[in-house]
Amino acid sequence: MGNGTSIGRVRGLGSSHEGAHHWLVQRFTAIGNLVLVVWLLASLLMMPDYGYATIHGWLARPVPATAMILLIVSTFWHARLGLQVLAEDYVHENGSKFAVRALLNSIPLAGAVFGIVSVIRIALGGA
Amino acid sequence: MGNKGNTMAQASNRPLSPHLQIWRWGPAMLVSILHRATGDGLAVAGLGLLLWWLGALASGPEAYATFTHWVWAADPGNALQVAANVLGKIVLIGLSWAFFQHLASGLRHFVLDIGAGYELNANARWSIMTIVASALATIAFWAFVLLR
Repeated sequence: MGNGTSIGRVRGLGSSHEGAHHWLVQRFTAIGNLVLVVWLLASLLMMPDYGYATIHGWLARPVPATAMILLIVSTFWHARLGLQVLAEDYVHENGSKFAVRALLNSIPLAGAVFGIVSVIRIALGGA
Repeated sequence: MGNKGNTMAQASNRPLSPHLQIWRWGPAMLVSILHRATGDGLAVAGLGLLLWWLGALASGPEAYATFTHWVWAADPGNALQVAANVLGKIVLIGLSWAFFQHLASGLRHFVLDIGAGYELNANARWSIMTIVASALATIAFWAFVLLR
């Protein structure tokens, strides 16, 4: 590109060919969030108390541990997609854009892994 | 930068689309902004708090006690924690409202995605309904937690 003509300047800068995928995954994870966060809130409402032994004992069981790990995957993925849209709307300078993309491709993953490791430790009887 | 011929200089000369202060406020605009604000709040504060809670649970009874002391029920005599509890309760109630609002406006988005609900009156009515629903759900949730 770059002989100065209008078409030359925009060629290669168009569709990333993954917008539909982003859009769809945002909706798939939204359904996951709907089911799993409502499950979490309902579970918390039915909890006899919020002490360590009760909560730890509950989350150590297989189904709650599985649901919590699925909740972590779904919510962090959805959050990462949403924050990407926010950045695309308000961050325009190339250097900042790269920095934001780098953060969005590391921090949500790191957070999700920490959450999953915590649930595994609870479920498999550490601590 | 500074080179008039490059794409950056041309991009900065492009007209900007009108932003919030230009438009007359309406329910759809308010709900759209709330959807983004609640989503980003949940992403940062909600998931951050979830990780603190899970990490404390995984680290043992003392770490879990530290979490609950700072967020909800202070160690009596620890003035800093008593103050933090006020913030913690505001954040928790705010996050629950943000979740219910994001859930309601998210369901509205699913309806809009199938091409329904764009008539002006219906659109405004369902926008307002998401706000009503999230307020009622928040009140019901905390009433259940605190009054049972």
